[in-house]
Amino acid sequence: MDDLYRDYILEHYRRPHNFGVLESPDASFEGNNPLCGDRITIMLGIRDGVVAEVAFTGRGCAISQASASLLTDEIRGKRVEEVRQMTPDDLLDLLGIEVSPARLKCALLSLDTVSHALAERRPDGPGEPAAPAAAGGES
Amino acid sequence: MAETMTGARALRSAGDPAVEVATGDGPASAAGRAGRPFDPVALRADFPILSTLSHGRPLIYLDSAATSQKPLTVIDAVDRWNRVQNANPHRGIYELAESATNAYEEARARAAAFIGAPDARELVFVRNATEAINLVAYAWGRQSIGRGDVIVLTEMEHHANLVPWQILVQEADADLEFIPFDDEGRLRLDVLDVLLRLKPKLVAFTHVSNTLGTINPVREMTEMAHAAGALVLIDGAQAVPHLPVDVAEIGCDFYAFSGHKMLAPMGSGGLWARRELLEAMPPFLAGGDMIREVHLRRSSWNDVPWKFEAGTPDAAAAVGLAAAVDYLAALGMDAVRAHERDLTAYALETLRREIPGIAIYGPDADHRGGVVAFNLPDVHPHDVAQVLDRHAVAIRAGHHCTMPLHERLDLSATVRASFSVYSTRADVDVLVEGLHDVMRIFGPGA
Repeated sequence: MDDLYRDYILEHYRRPHNFGVLESPDASFEGNNPLCGDRITIMLGIRDGVVAEVAFTGRGCAISQASASLLTDEIRGKRVEEVRQMTPDDLLDLLGIEVSPARLKCALLSLDTVSHALAERRPDGPGEPAAPAAAGGES
Repeated sequence: MAETMTGARALRSAGDPAVEVATGDGPASAAGRAGRPFDPVALRADFPILSTLSHGRPLIYLDSAATSQKPLTVIDAVDRWNRVQNANPHRGIYELAESATNAYEEARARAAAFIGAPDARELVFVRNATEAINLVAYAWGRQSIGRGDVIVLTEMEHHANLVPWQILVQEADADLEFIPFDDEGRLRLDVLDVLLRLKPKLVAFTHVSNTLGTINPVREMTEMAHAAGALVLIDGAQAVPHLPVDVAEIGCDFYAFSGHKMLAPMGSGGLWARRELLEAMPPFLAGGDMIREVHLRRSSWNDVPWKFEAGTPDAAAAVGLAAAVDYLAALGMDAVRAHERDLTAYALETLRREIPGIAIYGPDADHRGGVVAFNLPDVHPHDVAQVLDRHAVAIRAGHHCTMPLHERLDLSATVRASFSVYSTRADVDVLVEGLHDVMRIFGPGA
């Protein structure tokens, strides 16, 4: 049991990092798993090909929310190209727990949402992404 | 991999008395229980899967609204079909084929009698209730629903009794209207009364909600709809396994049910409809067995119900359905209902007492089938289900194919425990133990 709900997973679920909104993100996407009702919106601020700012909102199960918290930590400061190349296995390594096939969609929703956000990104977004209105901290 | 349980924990909780109810008048069944008091703990021995382990613990199966487990008599009937009875019904003149045809048609007669159908030829074998409703939507609907016509549904329908009608009204340029439910999960018949002024062609609703558990007043609703000139279709997937159902007494026009939720194999199910409706409806699927004559450019149709049974049927599942019907009839459906009502009342009371802050959706046990959907404060249903799985408790988490119902309640998902004849108070007690563990992991200060 506790293989899945490890303390750090629960900690990310209760107090997710980067939880909040960017006022004018360069890329943004709302992803959801209709079957379970997980829903997250990830917003990216991109400068010089680098993910300078990132925030997310949403609600869902512990796995989907912890995954978004960990992933947003991971991609801040990374080059967009590197983020694009992240694989599901990279994210599962980041999570560090054994995810059953039934929960894979929960675990991977955040990466899927980031991929969609980047795919739909306007080619030349506004130059100055705003600072997160509310970042980190609240649960 | 599940293995046979040995020396398992006591399955009878102190609160699991045998229910003293007169058994029904079904045939002395293979289960051999006719005339005995209904004893859910004793009859668990008839269900092999209930002796298996999950994560090393005895399986606590609380997902019977999704599909029921199967008793030995059903398993044996399917096995016997494949060993000594298998031939294509209605097609051969050799002895084996004739006996296969007889077994298949005998299954139809037993299933029809079980739901009170006046005539076995009014029962079409289908794969499940979903197929039954689609059959009506395509065959009856395309003939009978035109521009501006109205079909009335409810906000608690399973997607199977919603999406086929959405597709139909889009094609026909017709309209859907919906009966809402109140805070207790009861349908607003006063709104039905108003909607009937639109002169709908059809009113279609579930007999028992698969999420709220609400037992709808189907007879009263049928009378109201008929008085307004509408036909009535009832989705009985959650009713036939759990309550006495008599389609003639209800007075409806179409009644759909699934075998796999009533102890029978997956792939068995029925659509009952009044004979004259079936006669007037064009075929749904076309092919072998549904025809009388075929020429290169035209064909004529077989009699009902075979007109609607194109292609080789799942005859083994049909024979299994007959065995399931015998099993339930021997228990007596009044006794089944009394048991499940008692168990549901126990579950509602225990969950409310033991789990602070739990939200339970739907009516009290007197108006509810064996279905309890709930949420714990601040824990997502999938996390609840995941923790319960490690306690070997099998429950459903999600929207249970009722997304509009969940939207109406402003929920994305719920946890659902659901019962059948073999469910016990001991099962509920293990569920509660598991929920305490969920609270320990996710609760404040954990």
